[in-house]
Amino acid sequence: MKKLGKIYTALIMFFMYMPIIVLIIFSFNDGKTTVWKGFTLNWYRDLFKDEQIIGALWNTLAIAIIASVIATVIGTMAAIGINNFKGKKRLLIQNASNIEILSPDIVTGVSLMLMFTIAGVAFHFQMGFWTVLLAHITFCTPYVVLSVLPRIRHMDYSLYEAALDLGCNQWQAFRKVVIHELMPGIFTGFLMSFTYSLDDFVITYFTRGATFQTLSVQIYTMTHQRISPKINALSALMFVAVIILMLIINIKDRREEKEQEQKVRI
Amino acid sequence: MKKYLSILLSLVICAACATVFAGCGSGGYEGEINVYNWGEYVADGSEDYEDTVELFEKEYNIKVNYTTFETNEELYNILSSSNSAYDVIFPSDYMVEKLIAEDLVQKLDYSKIPNYDKIIDRFKNMQYDPKSEYTVPYSWNVTGLVYNKTMTDKKPDSWESLWDKDLEGSILQFNNSRDAYAIAMQLCKINPSTFTKAEVDKATKKLKEQRPLLKKYVMDQVFAEMENNQAAIAPYYAGDIYTMMTNNKDLVGVLPKDGSNLFVDNMCIPKNAQNVDGAHKFIDFMTSPEMSAANMNYITYASPVKGAEKFLDEDLKNSELVYPPDEYLDKCYTFHNIDDETYTYMQEQFVKVMS
Repeated sequence: MKKLGKIYTALIMFFMYMPIIVLIIFSFNDGKTTVWKGFTLNWYRDLFKDEQIIGALWNTLAIAIIASVIATVIGTMAAIGINNFKGKKRLLIQNASNIEILSPDIVTGVSLMLMFTIAGVAFHFQMGFWTVLLAHITFCTPYVVLSVLPRIRHMDYSLYEAALDLGCNQWQAFRKVVIHELMPGIFTGFLMSFTYSLDDFVITYFTRGATFQTLSVQIYTMTHQRISPKINALSALMFVAVIILMLIINIKDRREEKEQEQKVRI
Repeated sequence: MKKYLSILLSLVICAACATVFAGCGSGGYEGEINVYNWGEYVADGSEDYEDTVELFEKEYNIKVNYTTFETNEELYNILSSSNSAYDVIFPSDYMVEKLIAEDLVQKLDYSKIPNYDKIIDRFKNMQYDPKSEYTVPYSWNVTGLVYNKTMTDKKPDSWESLWDKDLEGSILQFNNSRDAYAIAMQLCKINPSTFTKAEVDKATKKLKEQRPLLKKYVMDQVFAEMENNQAAIAPYYAGDIYTMMTNNKDLVGVLPKDGSNLFVDNMCIPKNAQNVDGAHKFIDFMTSPEMSAANMNYITYASPVKGAEKFLDEDLKNSELVYPPDEYLDKCYTFHNIDDETYTYMQEQFVKVMS
């Protein structure tokens, strides 16, 4: 039985990581095809020379970072606000925020494009970086609300009152107690926004305008001919970056856990 | 710990903002143009190829915002339903016809495009732009057949080979209604340039006969399938077949004796372009023999520019597949724009055939 469990885990791991391993291997392939022709680092060299792809990468990262930070702030404020409502009103507002998550990306994308186009004609602006940013903030915010709300509900409100009693003013109590308590939820919301923003193709596609392109759109349009192995190289680098990030976070968590254990013992 | 995190975060945000604003400023350029091209359709400086867009930027000191699309229909949707101001777009023949009919492109000032004189006569005054008022051709190509000579003893030379029962299970077909129907229509003696619903029905019947023989419907997977000997025969664009052949010596490309589809991708300027002057400069630059050859060497399609052959790779320019002889081109047809109703009908039928 134990053996079966091991085999099962191995299989799952295989299916999850095999594609990425294949991709990394072929980023070193000397040739544009899926036939192995020898080892080369040329695709990595070409990748960094390709202003199109590097530009798209910066665009993607800039949008993801700015949008997720702003969405985190707005989302946290919204969650606290929603929590203060009572009864029907609260349900209504909460659902209004959830609908955005449930509605298909294509609907959000097309409707945003229409709105930006109409507004653009009226106020003489073109779609581009700012419209993509606004769109991303729009679809990221509900995820933050979703991850912060449960934390608020579990928070002990008397902690906040205690802080006030012990001499904090309202702002200090909010910053030092409320935000501190909500931090895990806020962080999850931030991470979710960041990944959704990085991932997004459909909404970006409709709101990008004539001057702006992110990585997902760029890769999509390559499929007409054949996806360049430069993309394999880029994906490999991104994958390695994520692994390193996860390792750092894990090691840090481990260390903090140990410290806590020691404190408890004392 | 938190302090470090917040410092790090704010640094990252600053960096992100900086790149954005650096992108917004024109950085010493005297203007910019927005170019909307097919993905992977211009020499981009990788391997030993030129970077033609960068050469243009240096030559004229104009910044190019280069974005890409994947299908003609996508280009049409973006042009007709958003206010994005593109300066140069690259529609194919039948899409040009539609864009002209819907008044989405503007007339060109050919006095600003001196290189237009170098366009081969065959590609001037094409039926989609009969008086050459709106377009400058960028590239052209035909559809062809590719087969693996180790997997069949016959020498396929007609579209009929895609219905060959001996090759059952290793035939590929276009996953693109217009190209797939064109092949079926040719075999049904219908002109695929333009057709009616009744003719679509006839071709649908032909495609249904092919369905059980097929391995699958493909677009770019055709490269992997053919190069790795996974399929015996497939239709695709001749320039791409040329690439497959350089990657797998067992592959043979043929021009079907029934004739095939000649398609031309053009450079046009949309009605709402903002830098019309810069757009003309770009079109002229890309039409020079050197630049045209540089781009075609990269995408391995055929150049419509006289004198480009001097700068083309030896193998490419001698390939009968990429540069078919004139007699063969006379047998070819180009797509016309089809009214929306018939087009949608064809697409629906194609989905039914595939399922």
